[in-house]
Amino acid sequence: MAGSYDLHRDLQNIQAPVIHFDHVYKDYQKEIHALEDVSISIKKGEFVFITGSSGSGKSTLIRLMLREILPTKGKVFVAGRELSRLRRHQVSKYRRSIGVVFQDFRLLKDRNAYENVAFAQRVVEVPPGEIKRNVPRFLSLVGLSEKYKAYPDELSGGEQQRVALARALVNNPVILLADEPTGNLDPKNSWEIMHLLEEINRRGTTVVVVTHNHEVVDMMQKRVITLRNGRVISDEQKGGYVYARY
Amino acid sequence: MCMQGIRTFFYCLKQGIRSIFHNGMFSLASIGTIAASLFILGLFYFVSSNVSYVMKEAEQNVGVTVLFVENCPQEKIDAIGAAIKTRAEVAGDPVFISAEEAWENYKKDHLNEELAATFGEDNPLQDSASFKVYLNDVSMQDVLIRYIEGLDGVRKVNALEGVAESLQGIKRMVTLVSVAIIVILVAVAVFLIRMTVSIGISVRKEEISIMNLIGATDYFVRFPFVVEGVTLGVCGALVPLGILHLIYGKVIEYLSGEFESVFRKMTFLSEHEVFAKLTPLLLAIGILIGWFGSTMSTRKQLKKISLR
Repeated sequence: MAGSYDLHRDLQNIQAPVIHFDHVYKDYQKEIHALEDVSISIKKGEFVFITGSSGSGKSTLIRLMLREILPTKGKVFVAGRELSRLRRHQVSKYRRSIGVVFQDFRLLKDRNAYENVAFAQRVVEVPPGEIKRNVPRFLSLVGLSEKYKAYPDELSGGEQQRVALARALVNNPVILLADEPTGNLDPKNSWEIMHLLEEINRRGTTVVVVTHNHEVVDMMQKRVITLRNGRVISDEQKGGYVYARY
Repeated sequence: MCMQGIRTFFYCLKQGIRSIFHNGMFSLASIGTIAASLFILGLFYFVSSNVSYVMKEAEQNVGVTVLFVENCPQEKIDAIGAAIKTRAEVAGDPVFISAEEAWENYKKDHLNEELAATFGEDNPLQDSASFKVYLNDVSMQDVLIRYIEGLDGVRKVNALEGVAESLQGIKRMVTLVSVAIIVILVAVAVFLIRMTVSIGISVRKEEISIMNLIGATDYFVRFPFVVEGVTLGVCGALVPLGILHLIYGKVIEYLSGEFESVFRKMTFLSEHEVFAKLTPLLLAIGILIGWFGSTMSTRKQLKKISLR
């Protein structure tokens, strides 16, 4: 197992923040600075909102945490490991410990709810017997036990996001990243998804939610990190949505 | 761990084969074009292998004639024969033709009975006893001639000038044309596999992107496409093999029957001889084309697919 990246194991003894951005810069082109000197620390078990207007660098943060891109300057640590030092084969192991949901759900259209969730387990080579036990459990957690045979186009936006959430959770992630999870949902469904995320966080998973839904942020009273033009302009422990007052 | 590996292998295998059916028409087009390319390649193989075979046969009938000095004693002739026999270029034993046999053969081939009778008991080819020497490899003819000319008792060595060069030239040309055509056809087939696998990848772009973010290994993502490519390559090889198998015997039968006067003295490779080499050759090329095409395609295309 030497050299493999096991986030669950690494987190057992970790005292340092589970996610740490150390003076991170990210330029997409010479002129476009997506992030500038961002330093953030997120502790194990925290629930954090990252907010800001379009183009403020929120999604770049998620992409850096997923190790989809690397910083131009600075370092990103997850569970004490610097992500840019991970080798190619370690990246897939690392991602197995991270759950992620997106605004557009990203479900496989030709597979039903059960198969979409099972797919996540199959990809990480979980034995079939275990898949059969796990999938119904997580579909039940998101309240979709009855609709396990439904295909994405037979489900509402809220239901599709629940399937995406079940898929993100089925591999027991240590960290859950949600990129605008309520962006395509009406207020009622938005709240249901947020309550689910809160419940997941209560069970011990660190949850990072990127959003510009100010009602949700204001009501939840969680830690709020606000970005503007790629810089952190505020970081409040029990804050609300920071409007463009800077 | 081992069980997991086997399960993953079969899962990837299933996904690869599923993808072939999923891509329906593209897969068929791909198999069709690979089959067409390999069919032409097979035809060229038939022609070139048979040309080589016929050339080899012809080579074995090319020989040199060794003539001895006037009144050469039989012991010396035997010594020359023994010396020639030891040479690596020589196929079999040198055939001795006495002056009498030489004259008889000449009369038979070139004179009518009336004209031959005018010579009575005279033998105009009195000093024409010779050895007929056949070669293993026509290209070594000049070396052998130089050696024999250096032997004591040898007056002259006759050989058909240029035959060796002509045969070698024909062989070289057939080989070059075959290699050039094979290279072009293989390149076309690789391109087609690349296209088919690329289409498969773009169709499954969403799925691959999800696989990536969930933590699938490179092997898990790539292997189904390699399976797809190799399977297309193997199918593309089996189709022409079947067709060529059906037509080879008939073509040889037709050529031998229809052009008996031309091909009377020629023999072709048997079906068994041809397919013993052609079957593994086409299958190996099919597998390589499939593997190479899909590997190139996955390497290029999968890099492009990232999380949006």
